[in-house]
Amino acid sequence: MSDQIMRKVEKPYLRDDIPDFKAGDTLKVSYKIIEGEKTRVQQYQGICIARDGSGTGATFTVRKIASGNIGVEQIFPLHSPLITNIEVLRRGRVRRAKLYFLRHKIGKAARIKELRTTKGKAKS
Amino acid sequence: MLGLLGKKIGMTTIFTEEGTEQPVTVIQAGPCTVIQVKTNEHDGYSSIQLGYDSIPPKLVNKPMMGHFKNAGVKPFRKLREFRLEELSKDLTPGKVLKVEDVFSEGDKIDLTGTSKGKGFSGVVKRFNFKGGPKSHGQKDKHRSAGSIGASSLPSRVFKGLKMPGHQGNKTITIKGLRILKIIPEDNLILVKGSVAGPRGSYLVIKKQFS
Repeated sequence: MSDQIMRKVEKPYLRDDIPDFKAGDTLKVSYKIIEGEKTRVQQYQGICIARDGSGTGATFTVRKIASGNIGVEQIFPLHSPLITNIEVLRRGRVRRAKLYFLRHKIGKAARIKELRTTKGKAKS
Repeated sequence: MLGLLGKKIGMTTIFTEEGTEQPVTVIQAGPCTVIQVKTNEHDGYSSIQLGYDSIPPKLVNKPMMGHFKNAGVKPFRKLREFRLEELSKDLTPGKVLKVEDVFSEGDKIDLTGTSKGKGFSGVVKRFNFKGGPKSHGQKDKHRSAGSIGASSLPSRVFKGLKMPGHQGNKTITIKGLRILKIIPEDNLILVKGSVAGPRGSYLVIKKQFS
């Protein structure tokens, strides 16, 4: 009963334009930054290492190696209206849901194999 | 100061128009039925008694049933009086008050509920004491309170000293919470922040003086 009410409350805040992606995929996230009066769109590209939560509180973590070989992770609220676009650049073949082990891998070891789909049958 | 009775449904996140996340508690407020109107002339003070959450008549004892019969309403689980300085004419027994009759978006409210009971708990959990050292030969004092006072002077333990005891299951009022959104069709209000008590517990919602 209360679960139904919660779902109903959350519904108007849930976005339906989010592409299907999971941990291991390489994403390009465009999100709005508000600086006083001005707003601009910034892009952030990296590997999604985790998806967390459910409902309006769902988040995903994107990790990239910034200049100077420093690992940077950003956690985005999945349904935030500030996210203008999520583009899936590459699908990764991974065997777990949370790729926190990537934090301890450097350089070539931190690569993820691309998910190859069988001919003619593109994975949706 | 009019208010309503309600039930805590749960917590979630909503987004504002600017895109920021807001933590909200979803509360089912009302609909409440006026059961009794107390007037200055008759009772010495003026208030209305509201009922919330209707129950089958077999759960109600005879004295209470008579009280509900007088008002001409079905029985309710929770009754509560709200003091009112001025009684408006349309508040008569049997009138149903809904969320939108009492509250509007942006209102500040006080929420009273019963906190989750934690049982008999020690000082580390109850008062955030640090406990004792974890190593270096320590034994039996990892979560102890330490000293509770000096020796011969004062030869007693001061009153009100923080010691282990029952925690939770107390009436807690949180003041000044803001209503971010009202959903009239489901009698829901979304309040910024958290409220005492588990999901499904009863709450008293009072409008704050503005």
